[in-house]
Amino acid sequence: MRLTTLILILAAMTFAAYVFGRRRALAVARAGGAVRLHSLPAYYGYLAAIWSALPAVALLVAWVAFSDSFIIGRVVASLPPELRDQPAAQLGLTVNEIRNLAAGQMVDEGRGAELQVAADLYNSLRTTSSRILAGLAIAVAFAGFGLAWIRTRPALRARNHVEVVIRGVLIAASSVAILTTAGILLSVTFEAARFFSQVPLADFVFGTEWSPQTAIRADQVGSSGAFGAVPLFVGTLLISGLALLVAVPIGLMTAIYLSEYAAPGVRRAVKPILEVLAGVPTVVYGYFAALTVAPFLRGIGAELGLDVASESALGAGLVMGVMIIPFVSSLSDDVINAVPQSLRDGSYGLGATKSETIKRVLLPAALPGIVGGVLLAASRAIGETMIVVMAAGLAANLTANPLQAVTTVTVQIVTLLVGDQEFDSPKTLAAFALGLVLFVVTLVLNVIALQVVRRYREQYD
Amino acid sequence: MGASVQERGSRPTPEVSRTMSTSSREMSARAGQEPATTVGDITARDPVMTVRNANVHYGETHAIKDVSLDVGRNEVIALIGPSGCGKSTFLRCLNRMNDTIESARVTGDFRLDGQDIYDRSNDVVMLRARIGMVFQKPNPFPKSIYENVAYGPRIHGLASNRAELDDIVYGSLERAGLLDEVKSRIDEPGTGLSGGQQQRLCIARAIAVNPEVILMDEPCSALDPIATARIEDLIDELTQNYAIAIVTHSMQQAARVSQRTAYFHLGRLVEVGPTEKIFTNPSHKLTEDYVTGRFG
Repeated sequence: MRLTTLILILAAMTFAAYVFGRRRALAVARAGGAVRLHSLPAYYGYLAAIWSALPAVALLVAWVAFSDSFIIGRVVASLPPELRDQPAAQLGLTVNEIRNLAAGQMVDEGRGAELQVAADLYNSLRTTSSRILAGLAIAVAFAGFGLAWIRTRPALRARNHVEVVIRGVLIAASSVAILTTAGILLSVTFEAARFFSQVPLADFVFGTEWSPQTAIRADQVGSSGAFGAVPLFVGTLLISGLALLVAVPIGLMTAIYLSEYAAPGVRRAVKPILEVLAGVPTVVYGYFAALTVAPFLRGIGAELGLDVASESALGAGLVMGVMIIPFVSSLSDDVINAVPQSLRDGSYGLGATKSETIKRVLLPAALPGIVGGVLLAASRAIGETMIVVMAAGLAANLTANPLQAVTTVTVQIVTLLVGDQEFDSPKTLAAFALGLVLFVVTLVLNVIALQVVRRYREQYD
Repeated sequence: MGASVQERGSRPTPEVSRTMSTSSREMSARAGQEPATTVGDITARDPVMTVRNANVHYGETHAIKDVSLDVGRNEVIALIGPSGCGKSTFLRCLNRMNDTIESARVTGDFRLDGQDIYDRSNDVVMLRARIGMVFQKPNPFPKSIYENVAYGPRIHGLASNRAELDDIVYGSLERAGLLDEVKSRIDEPGTGLSGGQQQRLCIARAIAVNPEVILMDEPCSALDPIATARIEDLIDELTQNYAIAIVTHSMQQAARVSQRTAYFHLGRLVEVGPTEKIFTNPSHKLTEDYVTGRFG
C-alpha cells in the first residue's frame, strides 16, 4: 500500500472518530438520564480523534524513519561474504547499487546478476514492510478510537485532556525554530572545528592575507592558501559602517518627522511605503548598486580626479544603507510614539518648543529603543549578502578607503561554496569558520538589541 | 414635458424650508433649557487673568460655551463639575495647551495682565513660561531629579551659570517641600520617586521657571490621602506667590484649598462665587444638586 493512501485512510478515520466520538458522548449523556457532560460534546469528539490519530501517526513516523535501515541490514546480511565483508565506504557504494537496481535503474553489467538477488530481496522486504505498517497503523487507530469509545463517560474531563494535547502541539511548534537554530549552530561549529584542525585559529583571526585557493591535486602549483580573515572583517565593517552612516541619520529623521510633525494622514500613507523598502528583494538592490550607483560614483570620482573602483565599498554601502533605512525608521518611529503623551504635555507645559521637546525629552526617553533598532539594522547589514556579492567585489584588500574594492565575509562564503568543491579541503571548510563568526556576531548583536528594547518597553508599561 | 421639469425643480424647496424651521426650533428649545448666564460674580478682586466669552469646539462638539471668568492674584480658584463638563478644557485654554490638539478651535478673549494671550504677536513659549501646569498623572521626565527641575530654567535660559541653576533648582525643590526628602539622591531618576513625591517634583518643575499662574488638572487624583494632604498644604503655601487654578473632582478638596469656586455644567459656567457660599448656600439649582451629591 502506498504511503499517501495510508495517510488518507488515517485522516478519514480521524474525522470519523470525531463524528462518532461526539455522538457517543451525547448518547451516553442521554442514556444516563440527561446527565450534564463535563465538557462540550465537541471535546469528546476531538478526544476520540486525537486518540485515534496520534498513536497511529507516531507509529507511521517511527516506521518511516527506521524501517529502511532495518531492511538494509537484512539485505546486507544476506549478501555473499566477499561483498559483505568490504570496508564501510565500499559497502555503502554496493548498497547504493542495490537500491538503484531495486528502483529499476541500470547498473554495471558484470555485477548485475550478483546484486539482482539482493535487489529482489530488498523490494520484497519493502513491500512486506509497507503492508505490515498499513495493517498496524489502521489497527492502532481503531484501538485508540475503541479506547475513547469505552472511556467516554459524562465525568470524563475531555476538555482538559484536549487542552493538554493542544499545549503539547504548541510547544512542539515553538521549539522547531529553536531546535533548528541549535542544529545550524552545531553543524557550523563541527565544520569550523575541522577547519581549525587544519588552519591555526590565530592565523585565521589575526592573519592579514586572504587567498583561499588551495591545490586540489598534488601536482597543482601556484595556490598555497592563506586564510587570514582580517581583510574580510575590515571590509564587512567598512560596508556596514557606511550603510549605518546612511541609514541612522536618515531613518531617525524620518522617524521624528513621521511621529512628531507629519499629519496623521501623511503618516498613514508614508509608513507603509517605507516598509515596502524593507520588502524589496536584496538582489534587486544588488543590481541597482552594481548597474546604477557604482557607475554614477565612478563618474563623479572621475570629475573630481579621484580613482573610484568600479566595485567600490562606497556604492555597496550606500545602497545597503538605503535598504536598512526602514529598520531604523520604523522601529524608531514606534518607540518615539510609545513615549507617553504626558511627557510631551509636561514639556510643552513648561514652555518648551517642539524641537526642544524632541531633543531633550523624546529622544532621550526613546534612546534605548532607537539603539535597539540600530543594532538590529547593523546585524542585518553585516549578514547582508546579495548586495555585496553584486556590488562589492571579491578582492580581499585590507583598506579603510571606501573608494576601493573590498570584500566581505558573506561574499567570501558564497564564492568558497559555489561550484564543484571537495568538502574536506581547508578552502571549503573556511566558509564554515566564516559562517560561525557571522552567526556569533549577529546573534550577539540581536540579543543585545532585543534586551535593550525589552528594558525600554518595561519602563513605560 | 415642461410641466414635469417644473415639478422636479420645485420639489426640493418645501423640504429645505422644513429642515430649516426644525433646526431653528431645536436651537431655541436648547437655549431655553440651559442656563444662559452665569450666576454670581465672575470677577476677582485683583485679577491676573481675565477670560471673556470663551468658546471651544472639538470638531463638531461645542465643549465650552460662552465662559467668562477671572483668576485672581494670590488666590486659589477651584473648577468643579461632573465629568465632561469642560473644566479641564477650560483650564487648558489658559496656557494654550489646546493648541496641540488639532481639532480644537478656541475663540474668546483671554488676557494675562491685560495682554491677549491668543494674540499672534504673543509667543506661546513665553506664555507657558508664565503659566505653569501640573497634570493629573505625575509625569516626571526620565531624567534625574535635578535635571527635571532644571529643564524649564535651561530652555528659557534663566541661569547663566551652574551656581545660579543650582540656586533655582534647590530653591524650587525647597518651595515644593521636597528638598529634604531628595537632597541625598538628587542625581537619581525622578521616575524612582513615590507618586506623591513625583507630583511635588512636577510642581517644583513648574515653579522653577517662576510663573505667575499655576494650573493644576486634578493633581491629586492619582495619589493616596496622605500624599494628597501634603499637596494641599503645598497649594496653601504657594498662594503667597502664585495664582492657582485647580480642577478637582473632590468637593472636599475644593472646599479645603480654594477661596473661589466655579461650577461647570455641560460646557457652561453655571455659578461662581466664594467657596464658602458655593458649598453652603448655592444660588443655582444645578450647583446645589451637585454639591449636595445628588448627581455627578
